[in-house]
Amino acid sequence: MLGKGAHRTDMAEPNQPEDGIVLTEAQLRARRRRSIAIALALGVLVVLFFAVTLVKGPAVLRRPI
Amino acid sequence: MSVIEQNAIAAGPRISEADVGDYLALLKPRVMSLVIFTALVGLLIAPGHFHPVLAITSLLSIAVGAGASGALNMALEGDIDAKMTRTANRPIPRGRITRPEALAFGSTLSFFSVLTLGILVNWYAGALLAFTIFFYVVIYTMWLKRWTAQNIVIGGAAGALPPVVAWVAATGSIAPEPVWLFLIIFFWTPPHFWALALFRSDDYARAGIPMLPVVAGPDATRLQILLYTIVLVGIALAPWPLGYFDAIYGAVSLVLGAGMMWLAIEVYRKRERAASLRATRKLFAFSILYLFALFATLGLEAVVRMVAPLFWSGRVG
Repeated sequence: MLGKGAHRTDMAEPNQPEDGIVLTEAQLRARRRRSIAIALALGVLVVLFFAVTLVKGPAVLRRPI
Repeated sequence: MSVIEQNAIAAGPRISEADVGDYLALLKPRVMSLVIFTALVGLLIAPGHFHPVLAITSLLSIAVGAGASGALNMALEGDIDAKMTRTANRPIPRGRITRPEALAFGSTLSFFSVLTLGILVNWYAGALLAFTIFFYVVIYTMWLKRWTAQNIVIGGAAGALPPVVAWVAATGSIAPEPVWLFLIIFFWTPPHFWALALFRSDDYARAGIPMLPVVAGPDATRLQILLYTIVLVGIALAPWPLGYFDAIYGAVSLVLGAGMMWLAIEVYRKRERAASLRATRKLFAFSILYLFALFATLGLEAVVRMVAPLFWSGRVG
């Protein structure tokens, strides 16, 4: 669900320091899980490129087209 | 300060609570599994030695490319999905993910899947994967689907291409065998999806999609299902006498093709509501088994051909 982040910026009092957006527990948990998934996907990509480089050896630079 | 800015501040920023599962649902896992299966068969029947690491890379790239197409399709069809019972539970209609988020996700995955296949395997396969994604997203989703009753006939080409991409990844060239695989899936798509559309026609009508039963009526659809099934069974049988696939495939194709024909005739004959619904559901379910069995036969034969010499030479067992 698209939640509304708790927004502590008070426009009525411009001199107060802005606290920025404070995420709810659910938003923080979801963001953490998404970040872990992105990290894992990038890890798989790195391993894949490394593995293919080992398999192909110098031929990795000689491709059709 | 404008009204829009004031409203935006009053409402607060919209922050996603979408979980990994929501993003996985965008990839259409069931379609993806069919793509992986048909692509795997394309790889298995390809001649010559293909290193397992490159085979896995190819399959992964094709799978991610298919998933990316699914995400882009959902991003562009959020309005339609919300109106249909079958799709109302998808992440965008449920409000879990916004359309721009789905677009960004799908575009990123498309880019990386094509790039990975191109750099690590070969650029012919990479280009063909890019064309497949383009065809599904632009030609089918953006153009054909809302415009013509022939949407799934022409659009079916996108679903038929994965085994060809896999073959090209393995060999760097094209040959008649993957073209047969393409034609089988291409002619399988209309009877399969029109059977679905027959018992979901209310859903499609509500969403305003010009599926054949909505535009031409159920009787015309039943006739088209029968005609396409005749062509499909012929196309699926032809590679055997022509010498591309062997007799085991020919026997499976003959027996299951007879089943497809029988069920298509039943769909054509039975017009009474309850009996018609039963016949249509049977054809829909059997068509999945039919495609799966044809491809599984080809894949298993290829595996046996690969493994058998190892047993004979005593390297295994």
